Amino acid sequence: MAAPLTLLLIVAVTIRAVLFRSSWAELISERVEVVSPLNAWKRVVEGLALLDLGVSPYSGDVFHEVSLSLIHFLFKSILGSDGITAVALYLSIQTYNKNVFRKQKYALESDRYPADCLELLRSPKEMFYIPLKVAMFYLLNPFTILSCVAKSTCGLNNAIIALFILCTLKGSALLSGILLALATYQSIYPLTLFAPALLFFLQRLYIPVNLRRSSFWFFTLQYAFIYVGSLVVITGLSFFLLGSWDFIPSVYGFIFSVPDLTPNIGLFWYFFAEMFEHFRLFFICVFQINVFFYTIPLSIKLKEHPVFLIFMQIAIISIFKSYPTVGDVALYMAFLPAWSHLYRFLRNIFLVSCVLLACSALFPVLWHLWIYAGSANSNFYYAITLLFNFGQILLVSDYFYAYLRREHHLTHGLYLKKKDGTEATLVLK
Amino acid sequence: MGLLSDPNRRKALTGLLTRLNTPICIVCYLAGIVWFMGLAFEPFTLRTYMSENAMGSTMVEERFSSGERALSLAKEFDAHKRKAGGMPVEWLVKAMQSRGLEVFTQSFSRKLPFPDENKERYMVRGTNVYGILRAPRAPRTEALVITAPCSPGNTNNQAVALLLALAQYFRNQIYWAKDIIFLVNEHDLIGTQAWLEGYHHTNITGMEYSPLQGRAGSIQAALSLELSSDVITSLDLVLEGLNGQLPNLDLANLFYAFCQKLGVLCTIQGKLQRNDWDTAEGYTHAAQTMMLMVLKQACGRSWGDHGLFLRYHIEAASVRGINSFRHYKTDATTIGRLLEGMVRKLNNLLERLHQSYFFYLLPSLSRFVSIGYYMPAFGLLAVILLLRALDLWVHLGAPALAAVDGVTEAEQPSSPGVLTVLTPVVISHLTGVALYLLPVHLQEMAVEHFPVSETEAVVLTAIAIYTAGLALPHNTQRLLSGEGTEQGWKVLKLTALLYLAVLLGCTALINFSLGFILAVTLVPITASITPHIALYAVVMVLLSPAFTILYCVFIYQELIEAPVSVSEGWMLFLSVISQGILDHALYGSLVYPLLALFIYPCWLMFWNILFWN
Repeated sequence: MAAPLTLLLIVAVTIRAVLFRSSWAELISERVEVVSPLNAWKRVVEGLALLDLGVSPYSGDVFHEVSLSLIHFLFKSILGSDGITAVALYLSIQTYNKNVFRKQKYALESDRYPADCLELLRSPKEMFYIPLKVAMFYLLNPFTILSCVAKSTCGLNNAIIALFILCTLKGSALLSGILLALATYQSIYPLTLFAPALLFFLQRLYIPVNLRRSSFWFFTLQYAFIYVGSLVVITGLSFFLLGSWDFIPSVYGFIFSVPDLTPNIGLFWYFFAEMFEHFRLFFICVFQINVFFYTIPLSIKLKEHPVFLIFMQIAIISIFKSYPTVGDVALYMAFLPAWSHLYRFLRNIFLVSCVLLACSALFPVLWHLWIYAGSANSNFYYAITLLFNFGQILLVSDYFYAYLRREHHLTHGLYLKKKDGTEATLVLK
Repeated sequence: MGLLSDPNRRKALTGLLTRLNTPICIVCYLAGIVWFMGLAFEPFTLRTYMSENAMGSTMVEERFSSGERALSLAKEFDAHKRKAGGMPVEWLVKAMQSRGLEVFTQSFSRKLPFPDENKERYMVRGTNVYGILRAPRAPRTEALVITAPCSPGNTNNQAVALLLALAQYFRNQIYWAKDIIFLVNEHDLIGTQAWLEGYHHTNITGMEYSPLQGRAGSIQAALSLELSSDVITSLDLVLEGLNGQLPNLDLANLFYAFCQKLGVLCTIQGKLQRNDWDTAEGYTHAAQTMMLMVLKQACGRSWGDHGLFLRYHIEAASVRGINSFRHYKTDATTIGRLLEGMVRKLNNLLERLHQSYFFYLLPSLSRFVSIGYYMPAFGLLAVILLLRALDLWVHLGAPALAAVDGVTEAEQPSSPGVLTVLTPVVISHLTGVALYLLPVHLQEMAVEHFPVSETEAVVLTAIAIYTAGLALPHNTQRLLSGEGTEQGWKVLKLTALLYLAVLLGCTALINFSLGFILAVTLVPITASITPHIALYAVVMVLLSPAFTILYCVFIYQELIEAPVSVSEGWMLFLSVISQGILDHALYGSLVYPLLALFIYPCWLMFWNILFWN
């Protein structure tokens, strides 16, 4: 399997290199869909230049990247980070599939599945190519390519999250905690991935989620300690490197209070541009809580399936975060092949793919009409943003429904009967 | 969310849509056409009104009186033009300086990709002369532009002269709050393009020009004047700009308001307004006016010097004097007053024109159709593509069906290899790229080997590549022997339908007319196509993009009341193609690349389906 992966990497790098050299690169790196104030390459260059001059990079309103990234940049180009992400995703999904298959085998041997559910079971044959497909979905996704060609630091963020997933699935609590801390340090929101990671480790170590059990508390505290400890160390490190706490308001304050209302594919900019100033604080709280709030119900509902929970969380972050870009969308879309067995239960996939396709094409068109031609206005662009997010939410909830439904069938049998004997259908309400 | 999550209702709806797919599509198509034709019917349109406060309530008084002097200036200008054998730069500079303007010149040169036979030019070299009247009442942050082209021969002398007379008159007034730039440009659009690029420090079309020495503020609005006779019968307003962009409707309202005030006959698309909307003739007249606007907008070229200003966010329109055989004549003084009034109102603007509509169609100068009224006509056509795609999706046995109740026996569709779909898509697009690149690049070779001129070589190469593309399916099929399955073409058709829908949708947003015309011709055949029916092949060719252009040429000639014979029509068709390519190279018009790189390949994908084996 290494050969196709290498081939894929070569193809992906070639496409990126060609685009880099072409005149499109500059155009792409200016697109608001691809870069946000947080991760624009232009701003990173500005920050580096300020640092060279001995000025704090956070002194203006340009640079909002955390300082450790600066050092990252000296070592690896963004081009490489896409490759790292893809390989990490490949290995994680491979590990995940092995786990799933092993579990399925045990369940099958202990006769836990109803007889008519055999067609729902997954065969190694169909699972064989899934990791490769995942890597392909990430590397050849136009969103990732655009994000990479624009040299958005989003690729870096994705790489860290992918490595975190890999370490978690490989069972290394220490590395997983450190990487999660790193991801949190970069953009706060991955904080919500703490819950699925913890659930995964608990499941792996056969510790039941029971608030009265001391082993549960012991491991939770242990993992939380690794996470918080490394977060403190990283934050402290960046303090010593810069010699000031400037970066805290400039990075996290910037993420939370959303002062930059440059249009992007998210939901924040238009809403806060239109709103009266005295409601701002309240609605910022509402909007930001939105990202974190879903963690609790989803963790309860999906506590047996932490990897699917990771997918859901990443998707929710990329939809509801304050400065989303297409690079974030690409990360969770890479997981879709891993859930290809849910395909038959998806209900709106046609609608969703039409919506997402049309929106991707309409973004630049409406931007052109608004900014260059001056004939349309921001409402047109925001309408498409809303539609795009509607499509994403529909996609995620569709997968959520399909996943729960498959699990339901695996315990209750595929052909459900109502009490009166007619065929029953499942409805998500 | 009920519809999206309740399986039973979804099932019913999908069932209905697939069962009644063909009738619904036919109804949608007819409804779309009827809706569009209904737009010209007066009760369905809105009366135009001035939205901009700054231009509405403030009355201005027109006092311009030197029309006669302008006419004598025109004679002088004509004499100097003849003497210089082109633009009399020195005379113009002196004339403007003596009227108290700051005068600057800009020289430019441009080598066309191939000779323009309509205007007989290849190596273009020229000079723009412009004078700036500095605003006495405000900081120099904003400006207005009045431009007149210096055309070869006898045309437009009066326009330049009136421009100078207006400059002299304006110089003596004290109420200007915006700088006024008087621009005389050579080589019509090329000159305007050079000047605009120089003014805004951009270079998007590879023009060579000397930098501008003098500047005023950011340009708020521009008027282009074309006048070739001492007296006129009517004034024609031209709005269609590059890529079908239109200026704010308030500019048209302003023109109309002053024409009413001064009693000048005004036309749009060269058609006078009629008052008998309830008669068949009245309706036909309005429909013809609107159709003319649609055709002009669809071709994406700039129909006057104003068209290039629009790209820079400057509202602009051309005013064209027409002298016909009517008795009622308007003299130069009145035209001068009309322009004075318009410029004074524009001078009152506090912000850019933005209050009124940017997307509209005009069945007459006093009536307009806004985007909300005309978009449904396009939407009804576009929804056919989506309905057909949905139908195909369901028929492909895709999980959409399985998901309706989830547990019906849906054998996983043996998905036809990505290759089957990808190969025709890639090959079609490569043909499109060839159609886009080769005609201009191969002209030298073609001229060497065939007895044709360069322009003919370009056009004929384009037609040759276009026709050669029709032979592709056979070769594509040979490449993938045994791959062509029933499912293969359905997947290809699904892809092509969605692709076409997105493509037409985007086009219609930027240039409604182009999107609508393409939708009218492409939608019926693409929606109904199935492999191996000879009749479809004929219809398909007859409704291909090239034939659409041909039909548009004939309809346009019919509408401007200059019908042409078939051979003349063919010659016009050839010149339209060469003009399209030139417009793209010179001014960045997007119609040619759109047709060559997207619409034509998309059409080829459907052509592929026809020959699926």
